[in-house]
Amino acid sequence: MTKFKTQSLHKQDSDLANANRQLEILSNGIFQNGELTTFSNKIKETNQFPLRPKKLEILQINVGYMCNQVCTHCHVDAGPDRKEIMTQETMQQCLNIIKTTGAHTLDLTGGAPEMNPHFRWFVEEASQAGIKDFIVRSNLTIIRANKKYHDLPHFFKKHNVHVISSMPHWTRGKTDKQRGNGVFDQSIKALQELNSVGYGMPDSSLKLDLVYNPSGAFLPGDQKAMERDFKKALVDDFNIQFHNLFSITNLPISRFLDYLIASENYEDYMYALVEAYNPAAVANVMCTNTISISWDGYLYDCDFNQMLELPVNSKVKHISNYNETLLQDRNIVISQHCYGCTAGAGSSCQGTVT
Amino acid sequence: MQKTYYDPADLKKFSKISEWNEELGSKFFEYYNSVFKEGALSEREKSLIALAVAHTIQCPYCIDAYTGDGLQRGITKEEMMEALHVSGAIRGGASLVHGVQMMNKVNKLDG
Repeated sequence: MTKFKTQSLHKQDSDLANANRQLEILSNGIFQNGELTTFSNKIKETNQFPLRPKKLEILQINVGYMCNQVCTHCHVDAGPDRKEIMTQETMQQCLNIIKTTGAHTLDLTGGAPEMNPHFRWFVEEASQAGIKDFIVRSNLTIIRANKKYHDLPHFFKKHNVHVISSMPHWTRGKTDKQRGNGVFDQSIKALQELNSVGYGMPDSSLKLDLVYNPSGAFLPGDQKAMERDFKKALVDDFNIQFHNLFSITNLPISRFLDYLIASENYEDYMYALVEAYNPAAVANVMCTNTISISWDGYLYDCDFNQMLELPVNSKVKHISNYNETLLQDRNIVISQHCYGCTAGAGSSCQGTVT
Repeated sequence: MQKTYYDPADLKKFSKISEWNEELGSKFFEYYNSVFKEGALSEREKSLIALAVAHTIQCPYCIDAYTGDGLQRGITKEEMMEALHVSGAIRGGASLVHGVQMMNKVNKLDG
């Protein structure tokens, strides 16, 4: 039985709050003794090394690690006790990039991005920059957490924000096990409120997508089949509508790595990821079309590398000297956690990649 | 010497049975994969049937495989347990229904 934690690994002073320790675990043991092939050797087998960026499509900005939830799988190790928050000054620097980038999608994530005190100002400014798809990753419960957040559905609508929210299952038990007691009921209410202003309705341009990730040490099933089951259950039980379901694999870092080790599932999970390796997914993996910006303005190949403190392999390392052309000419930094994005149909913040 | 008949690691080697008979092994896996594709029944329903049968035939490999498969498909533990009770009911019923044969025999010999 998983014991729900209310503090981040950082707050607990856990060994696994340290990025180097995580990378050490991912490089030693079964990968060091040759039982499993390292990710770099694996992609060499299919002539896909070094991994290089393609056209930049998505700017993903992490505006802070503070969150009102402490989910068991969280790769950010987010929680109420995290104090890393993007300043307005850094946001202003991001806006300068947003206005000139070739990317068509802006993706705000966290923590709970809405908890950043400058969140609304940033959304108002960024929504005028001419970005085609403006995503906010909302954990849903934040909408219900405090009176000051209750109008978020209207705020999102006003700025034509594309809402993407985590929903690990259509049952209370599985959702609360992963995201905390009471999360399911609050998420359902938040989804109903989003629906009531037009989000997720069949012909609505107000996009509402859900993210599914497994509640334990197993890989996600077929995205289309899961979407069908989610839609049926949420309509039948709660009259809730949404557009797409994105199926995401849990990467073996941070809190999920902690869970894998504590539950003695780590090796079996890594075997499962390696066995499910799909070279076709490598070709479309999200680090090839995304740049991730951290709360303090540093640049990463993806949000996972950000959490592992693996910055981009480029002279351009911070938004203060951002140069997209120079940045695109780099080799992507990889380690064993990358198997999480190349298993089966592949995995990204936009779901499967094949 | 191996101390148990079953080793969980052997499940991963299932496909190796083809190495000693390529033709029949390939035919089996082709058939197997076709069986589990969506048809009149969904893949989800087939997974639950497989889980119930796995318990009926008490195959540890199959129980392992179809518990994991069920989780991947979002099948809940309540659904899994209900499927097992179907298996249990049929298995128990199969014993008990033979009670009619016993009763017939008793009635004939000692009625």
